Amino acid sequence: MNQKVRLKINGTDHELDIPARRLLVDCIRYDVGLTGTKEGCSVGVCGACAVLVDGEMFASCITLAVAVDGSEITTIEGIAENGNLHPVQQAFIDNGGFQCGICTPGQVIAAKSLLDENPNPTEDEIKEWMMGNLCRCTGYYGILNSVAAAAKTMSESG
Amino acid sequence: MIDFEYHHPTSLDEVFGLLDQYGEDARVMAGGTALVIQMKQRLAQPAHVIGLRRVGSLNSIESTSEGVSIGALCTQRQVQNNPIVAGELPLLADTFRKVATPRIRNMATIGGGLVNGDPNQDPPPALIALGASAVMTSKSGDRVVPVEDLFIDYYETDVQPGEVLTSVLVPRAPTGSGSVYLKFLPRTADDYGTVSVAAVVSQKPDGSCKDVRIVLGSVGVTPIRATQAEDALRGQPLTDENIRAAAALVKDAVDPLEDFRGSAEYKTDMAEVFTRRAIEQAMTSGKTGS
Repeated sequence: MNQKVRLKINGTDHELDIPARRLLVDCIRYDVGLTGTKEGCSVGVCGACAVLVDGEMFASCITLAVAVDGSEITTIEGIAENGNLHPVQQAFIDNGGFQCGICTPGQVIAAKSLLDENPNPTEDEIKEWMMGNLCRCTGYYGILNSVAAAAKTMSESG
Repeated sequence: MIDFEYHHPTSLDEVFGLLDQYGEDARVMAGGTALVIQMKQRLAQPAHVIGLRRVGSLNSIESTSEGVSIGALCTQRQVQNNPIVAGELPLLADTFRKVATPRIRNMATIGGGLVNGDPNQDPPPALIALGASAVMTSKSGDRVVPVEDLFIDYYETDVQPGEVLTSVLVPRAPTGSGSVYLKFLPRTADDYGTVSVAAVVSQKPDGSCKDVRIVLGSVGVTPIRATQAEDALRGQPLTDENIRAAAALVKDAVDPLEDFRGSAEYKTDMAEVFTRRAIEQAMTSGKTGS
């Protein structure tokens, strides 16, 4: 049955009338029209659908939109500020952090989520965190280098 | 996923009212990582989903005289990072750090994981080894169930109609004891263990075994406590020979399901190997810790 769901997505309030079974990834992509968030495995394993829910990284493919009613959601479209790419986005471009690109929005959200709470992660901490985001192109070294570079840029500018 | 109605109760009384009203047609949802997947696969088809996210008072962690009380709605990452848990129950902090990925740990809760009854999960062996209990709350009050007795069969638990798991009480390990949780991960770091073993070992001043608890995951339809191996070690010198003999006894205690992580025979062999390593490492961690 349809239920009212209020979400603040990337700073914009949305009041939606959607079925209780609507997954957050589908809500973001089809009800709201933000297609940057991708669906990969559909069972919470691959990380492509990662978004921030009240600042915490969630798998939007196994999250019911109605269950996070009232939350603030941040997607890949919401992390650039004033037309400037987020340092993590810029680092992925500068360090070859992506190949085909399908996993990239989730990788960038995961990296941002790590650096938000641990601005200077060790290499092991980066690996332990980013292991939850799969890249079928296997471009893992580029991704790890991108996260480390973003941490450096952000700590220098912060 | 078939359609359903989602309820947002804000108190346990409201939850009990909804459970009364909808009975078998309702499922309680905490983090939802297990239930949403089961609903997507139509293994669960509830007409009513009762979300616990807005029920206050279920997500705190407190140190009490009996141990550490962990609210059922604490996320697995909250348990992993909590300073009380890190200080008083290092085994638990280490175990929760090994669950899946940070993303899943942000969503999944300690209580939701337990009532899911999946025998491959990491927290149950560690909680059972520490002698933890689950507090089941219903309209008529609380019922305290040892986590060891919570698991009845494959994905089947002792949660009764009208009950909600509200907290987990974990006693502190005895002073001078050592503990470890080993998770055999030959495939990927976010996988379930091929086998897993939690061990808590306390030693007498002469180095012999005062008490020991050994619990295995992923080797049967429920977590399995290796009581025969425990009995073989209790009171005995912790020699290499005795540890090997005790670890060999787990082969008769386990009954693994064959899957893509290995044959039943392979998992049985690995259960012995990892039990031996767990006892040895728990002994060492007890020595360095005391």
